[in-house]
Amino acid sequence: MKRTLADRNRKRTFAGWIGKRALGGVLTVLLASILIYGALRLAPGDPVLAMTGGRRLTPDQVEALRHRYGLDQGFMQGYLAWIGDALRLDFGTSMNYQTSVTSLITNRLGVSGVLILYSAVLAIVFGFAVALASAVKGGLVNRVAGIVAAVTTATPTFVSAIGLLALFSVGLGWFPATGAGTGLADRLWHLTLPAVAMAIVAFGVLARVGNAAFAEELRREHVEVARSRGVSTAAVIRRHVVRNALAPILTIIGLLFASLFVGTAVVETAFGLDGVGSLLVSSVSRRDFPVVQGIALIAVLLFVVVNTLVDLAMPFIDPRVTVGGPGR
Amino acid sequence: MTLTIPALRARSAKRRRRRPLIVSLAVAFLILVAAMGLLAPVLAPHSPDATSLLNSLLPPGAEGHWLGTDSTGRDVLSRIMYGARLSLLAPLGVVLLSGLLGTAIGLLAARAGGWADAVLSRGMDIVFAFPSMLLAMLVVAVFGPGLTAPICALAVSYTPFVGRVVRSVAIQEGTRPYMESYRVMGFGELWVTLRHLLPNVVPVLVAQSTLAFGYALVDLAALSYLGLGVRPPDADWGSMISQARSAILQGEPWSGLLPGLVVLLTVVSVNVLGEHIGGSIGRKQSEGA
Repeated sequence: MKRTLADRNRKRTFAGWIGKRALGGVLTVLLASILIYGALRLAPGDPVLAMTGGRRLTPDQVEALRHRYGLDQGFMQGYLAWIGDALRLDFGTSMNYQTSVTSLITNRLGVSGVLILYSAVLAIVFGFAVALASAVKGGLVNRVAGIVAAVTTATPTFVSAIGLLALFSVGLGWFPATGAGTGLADRLWHLTLPAVAMAIVAFGVLARVGNAAFAEELRREHVEVARSRGVSTAAVIRRHVVRNALAPILTIIGLLFASLFVGTAVVETAFGLDGVGSLLVSSVSRRDFPVVQGIALIAVLLFVVVNTLVDLAMPFIDPRVTVGGPGR
Repeated sequence: MTLTIPALRARSAKRRRRRPLIVSLAVAFLILVAAMGLLAPVLAPHSPDATSLLNSLLPPGAEGHWLGTDSTGRDVLSRIMYGARLSLLAPLGVVLLSGLLGTAIGLLAARAGGWADAVLSRGMDIVFAFPSMLLAMLVVAVFGPGLTAPICALAVSYTPFVGRVVRSVAIQEGTRPYMESYRVMGFGELWVTLRHLLPNVVPVLVAQSTLAFGYALVDLAALSYLGLGVRPPDADWGSMISQARSAILQGEPWSGLLPGLVVLLTVVSVNVLGEHIGGSIGRKQSEGA
């Protein structure tokens, strides 16, 4: 009797917890979208003049623009019209390119998507390997790995980008300095240096967090017990250390996603790649608002979705994470 | 049992050891960089803006130009010295603003509790979910390039980074007997919070602000690198690197690599210092417990 009640309660709190998490994510995206839309209204002076960057327009054109961006309506009306279009993947027309923002972004998604995935794989594989190796080996390996991780964590992406560019493409000529290449192999070859530049900070952070998590698990008594009972080191590490340390590592990977997205802006500019990041940078400097708003909204949405998914996956990866517990 | 003894020994050894060498090196480097910025007019061998096309792209170690020159013949060492001013002052502004905001919000949330705490904490979660560089770029799109708007944007963005920690320490401290005794003695809530609780929050505030300084330095330098930060003729390390782009492609990378190295060493030093401060607070707390 008591048990079934507890079970039911647990089930209810679990559903409620998922709902709460999803609601939090929706609320975040909602407020962020109001901010992103409001930024245009905040622009000093006439937003249309700010958008056109001083280009001369006829009064009719100005009026058409005001109408197009809902500036002739109240804030809420204008916002609702904008977000309604955005939900249908219509972010308006670029001031600079005179084409739809959606097609501008989708045309560049290939480069940025491959870049983000490529660098994420590099950072995760190497970060995980270094974290595990240094935690297990300890001693000198651990100290060297600690220094490498501290330095890579602190290396700004634009510094790694120009360093790699100067050394491996201009200096040694191993990799191309610009362009994204065509075809899969050529593209990967072109994007290797940019991906490494982007991955460096994420690698450092992962190596540090992973090392701390693995080291903590290795110190636990059940690991000691398993070893003393003759379980092989590999099995102990796989079953007891890695599995238990996975939760904090996954959380960090979710958070690093934002830094990778920002990294595309820097790296695509440094390597002359035509991606979403460099589009964002050039649109910001030209004050091409529809493009900036579209990319910003998509970025926030992706970031919130990834982190919410990570949160929701937590209880499955690590059953010790109590649903709705004080850990928030 | 055998597991705990070496751990205990390591801890007491660490406690006895004074400041680690690496921390001293970091502090020394930061003082050096700050002094370079402060005393740039006295120390710099050349004017940072004096161009000389005859002496362009000299390598480090050249006659009269220790760190060489950039593509228009400007002295790289002098430019790094003058660049230190904006490169360090701008993140300092971010840290001061976010420290002030974060402390105010953190203390308010902790002391008020209830719905005020819920709203403020949720608000900080939401700000935290918005990538700081994205917010900075958004305000640049609105207000145009320059450092003032990004400084304010980053300050808002980093407020949760400070505010969350201040809140949790203030909640911890709030349950201690000394707080209750001051209240019993009839002191007002605001007085007790500012006079007696705030000083106990300062150590974590300093630790978080030091780390935030490093992040802000990287973010602002990246903005300048992207051409969205400082406007010419002003220059910081980020814009120096940006201007070296064509030289790097020509195989003369030094005018970009050297300011990059200075950024890297500064950020490493700031991180080492911040982690040292944070770590020593942790040790002090475990001693007190």
